[in-house]
Amino acid sequence: MSEAIRIYVPIDAAALSVGAEVVAQAVAKEAQARGIAVEFIRNGSRGMLWLEPMVEVETGEGRIAYGPVAAKDVATLFEAGFQNGGPHGLRLGPVDELDWLKRQQRLTFERVGVTDPLSLADYRAHDGLKGLEKALSLTGVEIVEEVKASGLRGRGGAGFPTGIKWKTVHDAGATQKYIVCNADEGDSGTFADRMLMEGDPFLLIEGMAIAAIAVGATRGYIYLRSEYPHAHKALQRAILKARNAGVLGASVLGSGKAFELEVRLGAGAYICGEETSLLESLEGKRAIVRAKPPIPALQGLFGKPTIVNNVLSFAAVPWILTHGAKAYADYGMGRSRGTLPVQLGGNVRRGGLIELAFGISLREIIEDIGGGTLSGRPIRAVQVGGPLGAYLTAQQLDTPMDYEALAGIKAMLGHGGIVVFDDSVDMARQARFAFEFCAKESCGKCTPCRIGATRGVELVDKIIAGHERPKNLAVLRDLNKLMTDASLCAMGGLTPMPVMSALNHFFEDFDRPPAERLPLAAE
Amino acid sequence: MVHYPAWDQDEARSIVSGLSHLEGATLPILHALQEEFGYVDPQAVPLIAEALNLSRADVHGTISFYHDFRTAPPPRRIVKLCRAEACQALGCEALVEDLAREHGIVVDSHDGHHDAVVETVYCLGNCALGPSALVEGELVGRVDADRIAALCGAQQ
Ligand SMILES: Cc1cc2nc3c(=O)[nH]c(=O)nc-3n(C[C@H](O)[C@H](O)[C@H](O)COP(=O)(O)O)c2cc1C
Ligand code: SF4
Ligand code: FES
Repeated sequence: MSEAIRIYVPIDAAALSVGAEVVAQAVAKEAQARGIAVEFIRNGSRGMLWLEPMVEVETGEGRIAYGPVAAKDVATLFEAGFQNGGPHGLRLGPVDELDWLKRQQRLTFERVGVTDPLSLADYRAHDGLKGLEKALSLTGVEIVEEVKASGLRGRGGAGFPTGIKWKTVHDAGATQKYIVCNADEGDSGTFADRMLMEGDPFLLIEGMAIAAIAVGATRGYIYLRSEYPHAHKALQRAILKARNAGVLGASVLGSGKAFELEVRLGAGAYICGEETSLLESLEGKRAIVRAKPPIPALQGLFGKPTIVNNVLSFAAVPWILTHGAKAYADYGMGRSRGTLPVQLGGNVRRGGLIELAFGISLREIIEDIGGGTLSGRPIRAVQVGGPLGAYLTAQQLDTPMDYEALAGIKAMLGHGGIVVFDDSVDMARQARFAFEFCAKESCGKCTPCRIGATRGVELVDKIIAGHERPKNLAVLRDLNKLMTDASLCAMGGLTPMPVMSALNHFFEDFDRPPAERLPLAAE
Repeated sequence: MVHYPAWDQDEARSIVSGLSHLEGATLPILHALQEEFGYVDPQAVPLIAEALNLSRADVHGTISFYHDFRTAPPPRRIVKLCRAEACQALGCEALVEDLAREHGIVVDSHDGHHDAVVETVYCLGNCALGPSALVEGELVGRVDADRIAALCGAQQ
């Protein structure tokens, strides 16, 4: 067994989407034909998605990467002795030496791509469960204080301090409390939650268990969007293993404290990412947003005190408890502490997941790390923070990744997704899409959003068609103000952000002679 | 391609009763029924309402709220094509136009005579390798015109 060569082929959905499965099969077949004993590990993705499928082989000098590997390359790889790290056109070198990885500060993603996501032994061997063990040696108040001191803010978008939320639930008197993980990840351009759930699911389980111990909750749910079937499988298997090993169940790590965890699937509705709507959905109802107060921390799932946090917020906690709040808070800038898993997508040459301390500029990420556009054409617009985030111009890219800095230019960080567009983009059409998306995904509870978004589509169509432009532009601005001021939740309240940023920064697209043909969607 | 058995009220009843002990059991039940039969037949509404002590209107309201649940048997193959911003930046709208022009497949139209239906989804979490599609649980990246046509089973 010790002579078997260890080969890693990712099982991350993105890697699979470009052929990782056939590559794994080809490697297995070729190795067998050559009589080479192989131990296969299906790891998470390192996040260099343009290099997927990236195959790694363990050698005396560490893990050597090859990529992107196609099934047809496998025979020549073996001929070149890749099983011993031999030279080949696809050889990328020692993984840990790759510039893209070396410049990152991976805390939350330290194990993703490194370990076997479904091996609890591997997880433990890489410092897994240390945070939970630490938590079990502390009181609830002490855990909450540690999370507070780390400066961790919710990674799901709003940036609310996690420690304060936990304290509210901790202090609430109730016989039943819940831990709910928001794994709805509906924003375009975001995939960090998915990569973490597929690449290191035990970390999310550990983070949620710590939360449960901290506030005295005995039940937890991961609300996962149905668009993520691979993550669903990974989570279910990991939960089963964690339960069998006593990490979950009636006595967490033998502490006598119970924590039961279950995955629940959403059903294709963006609004379920909004926390109160998510709770309604978990209760089995139409996912209509609830008015706040009461906040979920006091009256959440089934009316009980509930922590609702994003995947990455929970996943940051084990590191914080293992290494201390101060070590975490030492990363970052201003009031944005720790690291942010940045997701770079759209028209970009080297897209993927990059975990870095807050503060790096968008330009450094997109041009330096990402290598500019995939099409090779100039960057025209960059949308940051999902479908409700602003479109920025190439001139604004020196803004640092920081909640306050982005708010300062009327933009938002959201879940850390960056989507790059080249100069072929039509920003009037993007503005139209923002309204169309809101109209389709609105929960329908309040008028500014439900009716406003539909009116918004009509208005942009009129403007594109050159119909009474000055008048309709004025109405559009007015509608945006109304939606911002009068919507119940951020769905209607933030849809004006992409629209107004497109209008303000790219006005020429709203002011050109009408096209001969309507866009297909308007026919 | 997935083939589903015809709706069977007894089988549906046993699925419902097997899950009705869950907290907030409605969505798990609907998913389980749809997984078994490919859709949620309107006959399921009274079953669920009774098992969970809800009104029929509540159950119907839940089914109709979510994009995922269908109330009639599905087409033979469903291709979920991402049309969110990152995939737009990589040309997904050109694919939509090409499908209509070259193959007569209109996205989100269920009344065509094709084996496959292409449905819009917003983001599949594959935004660095778009345009993306989800076909029978498998994610497909870097979709181009030929690939999407092939996924739909359309002739070249
Ligand atoms: C329309 C809308 C969609 C949202 N989608 C998500 C989502 O997909 N994932 C998420 O974690 N938070 C999402 N949020 C934010 C949640 O409401 C909530 O703030 C978050 O889950 C709290 O967790 P955190 O403090 O750890 O970020 C969304 C909010 C709105 C208004
Ligand atoms: S703003 Fe839109 S999504 Fe939010 S509560 Fe109102 S209708 Fe629902
Ligand atoms: S925007 Fe298409 S996969 Fe994310």
